[in-house]
Amino acid sequence: MKHVAPGGSAQFENTLKVSVWRSDTDGYQTFLVPQQDSQTVLDIVTWIQQNDDPTLSYRFACRVGMCGSCAMMVNGEPRWTCRTHVSKVTQNGGLEIAPLRNLPVIKDLVVDMDPFFDKWVAAEGVFEPSLTRNDPIEVADPTTVQRQQADAAIECINCAVCYAACDSVAADPDYLGPAALNRAWSLVNDVRDAGGGPRLDAISGAGGCQNCHSMGSCAQYCPNDLNPTASIAGLKWETAKSWMKQGWLKW
Amino acid sequence: MIRPHRKHTLWLAFILHRISGLALALFLPFHFLVLAYALNDAAALDGFLKWTDYRLVKFAEFGLVFLLAVHLFGGLRLMALEWLPWSHSQKTLAATAVAGSFAIAGSFFLSAVS
Repeated sequence: MKHVAPGGSAQFENTLKVSVWRSDTDGYQTFLVPQQDSQTVLDIVTWIQQNDDPTLSYRFACRVGMCGSCAMMVNGEPRWTCRTHVSKVTQNGGLEIAPLRNLPVIKDLVVDMDPFFDKWVAAEGVFEPSLTRNDPIEVADPTTVQRQQADAAIECINCAVCYAACDSVAADPDYLGPAALNRAWSLVNDVRDAGGGPRLDAISGAGGCQNCHSMGSCAQYCPNDLNPTASIAGLKWETAKSWMKQGWLKW
Repeated sequence: MIRPHRKHTLWLAFILHRISGLALALFLPFHFLVLAYALNDAAALDGFLKWTDYRLVKFAEFGLVFLLAVHLFGGLRLMALEWLPWSHSQKTLAATAVAGSFAIAGSFFLSAVS
């Protein structure tokens, strides 16, 4: 059976019904997109923009799962669209594509990432060197448990998939969220970092790690198989230890 | 309806823990009321306890014990998750919590109706 794509003259063997969120109408617009082998969700969005509606806005850069800029909600689940095969996520012969949850929408599928990165800064997610350039380089022994914990958390690509999946973020806009806290955890375990005290204060205050309800959605959806829930659990334990040392034992 | 991003074991374990906690909080006033009868009004307590002869009330008691068990095991799971060295067996822990809760509530139910 052949279909004619709206706005296009080409005919295709198989088409996919794709509902895409449009900010001007505050609703979904349906497109018919030709199906191809090994097609990704980002390919679908690109096809629509290039062949059907050039006003469709979306964000991408590398297309190989490194830059973290193309995440969207696909059938209600946050995904990195450049590495998500259409054949694996199609439901009832169609797709529903929307902007990432928990972030303000700029236009169509593009969200404002400022709140996400502001929280990285608020969580003291910046490396604070303990040495100067004049000191000898400090060796980070890869065999220690501490370094392995830092390494396990370090491969974040800032795609905000975890942030969109998190119901604690949805319930409390001040909550720092899984990505920022995961970053803080990797620095807490970095022996070369000297920002420990202020960082622990930042992640244990209002909106900090204790706001996490361990729902595990961040770990469930992280495209790089990181486990921010585990990182946050580690931060909770660190803050508890700090409280016991500084407050409870003196009590 | 559960939204798509919530359809995984740990989120279901979270919501089970939350709902069981709320249900138990609602039950607490009645619990204290009966405790007060036990201390101050033996006749009222006996009258109240007669309700437990009914099968429907027995079934409600099963529900109550199930809620207690599910909340207890859910809490233990959370403490293990947050206070013990992390492992990737969280999902197993969640499943074990539910299974243990069913076992305890089920055995109580069987002993109540036998």
